[in-house]
Amino acid sequence: MTLDFKTPNQESRILSVGSYRPSRIVPNSEIVDRIESSDEWIRERSGIESRRFASKEETVITMSKAASEQALKRAGIAMSEVDAVIMATVSYPYQTPSGATELIRELGNPRAAAFDISAACAGFCYGLGMASDLIRAGTAKYVLLVGVERLTDFTDPDDRGTAFIFADGAGAVLVGPSDERGIGPMVWGSDATNREAISLEPSWIEIRDSSEKSWPEISMAGQTVFRWAVYEMAPMALKAIEKAGLTVETLDAFIPHQANLRIIDALAKAMKLPERVAIAKDVRTAGNTSAASIPLAMDALLSERPDLHGKSALMIGFGAGLVYAGQVALLPPEPKS
Amino acid sequence: MALTESAVLQGLKEILEEVAGIKPGDVEGSKDFSNDLDVDSLSMVEVVVAAEERFGIKIPDEAVSEMKTVGDAVSYIVKAAA
Repeated sequence: MTLDFKTPNQESRILSVGSYRPSRIVPNSEIVDRIESSDEWIRERSGIESRRFASKEETVITMSKAASEQALKRAGIAMSEVDAVIMATVSYPYQTPSGATELIRELGNPRAAAFDISAACAGFCYGLGMASDLIRAGTAKYVLLVGVERLTDFTDPDDRGTAFIFADGAGAVLVGPSDERGIGPMVWGSDATNREAISLEPSWIEIRDSSEKSWPEISMAGQTVFRWAVYEMAPMALKAIEKAGLTVETLDAFIPHQANLRIIDALAKAMKLPERVAIAKDVRTAGNTSAASIPLAMDALLSERPDLHGKSALMIGFGAGLVYAGQVALLPPEPKS
Repeated sequence: MALTESAVLQGLKEILEEVAGIKPGDVEGSKDFSNDLDVDSLSMVEVVVAAEERFGIKIPDEAVSEMKTVGDAVSYIVKAAA
């Protein structure tokens, strides 16, 4: 018995990117008192000068909607043509239904396939790999991928290890069909032996059963995460470049998860990236926005360097799990509008 | 081959200069990484990884948090390499 259907000979690529940054800019001076720190201390340890904090009205969904609408407009594709929406997030405040289903209704296409993925700071790259494979297999024609976080809802403002790092925002890409290969093979995996290195605890059950614990917050073992993110991720990043048929000499841009400038710099050094490669450093004014950080950084880099439209970029996300994913993709072409 | 304390100290001096720009003359066994040499927790990871490569040993995160002074690191590395 064989099934009778044709597999499309279809490649995929990123058609556009859109982003939404919350309106409130929060400089280090607003953070320092509660963690007995200083602007200099924060800059030295993270490279962060300021970040954006969402207001009550800037929800996971309103930020996602704004970023998505910008991406759709730039690609010149209507939401009615989108087959599937993937939302990468850890901060949508409902366990079910998914954030993606709320988003498709808000975007006016409540019939599209929709689901969320939980891969923390690697969520965007996990989603990009899936979106690409859905298109190449013929399961979908256009996939809208959103990375969005309101990490401030789950950050302890008194925690010296995290309060100055995490922030809010949304980024979206529209992925669609292409005649040429536009998204390279994904290199992905985990190190679950370090599952506790970044956690969001306690669980809802523990909160229900305890009179003391009232809210889950993120905690992070900084040194463990730094060591893994730099020394384990550099070889994976190089593997993603190799799988795409490029080398560090032919790569145009590097857009890693914007965890911390120290990680970005150490990764670039460990990978021996030549100076010619443009490196996204959006973390300086965006903080760490987990799943949103790569599309936000992509949009910022393209507005600074419009010549990079259509050029190759290595993206790699890594975070809680610990999980990671990375791939080389062609950056979107110049926006249609 | 077992490492001597002076060989390890010399190696650490070179690593600290490379990673954190610290003058070799400022590095002594009694110096505290954080308070005296201004090596923050992330630079400490870079120092440790460089030391692992150079001396062919493994230094787990739990051991890193115990290394307060240069002398602590020297003794750990000498023992680990023995």
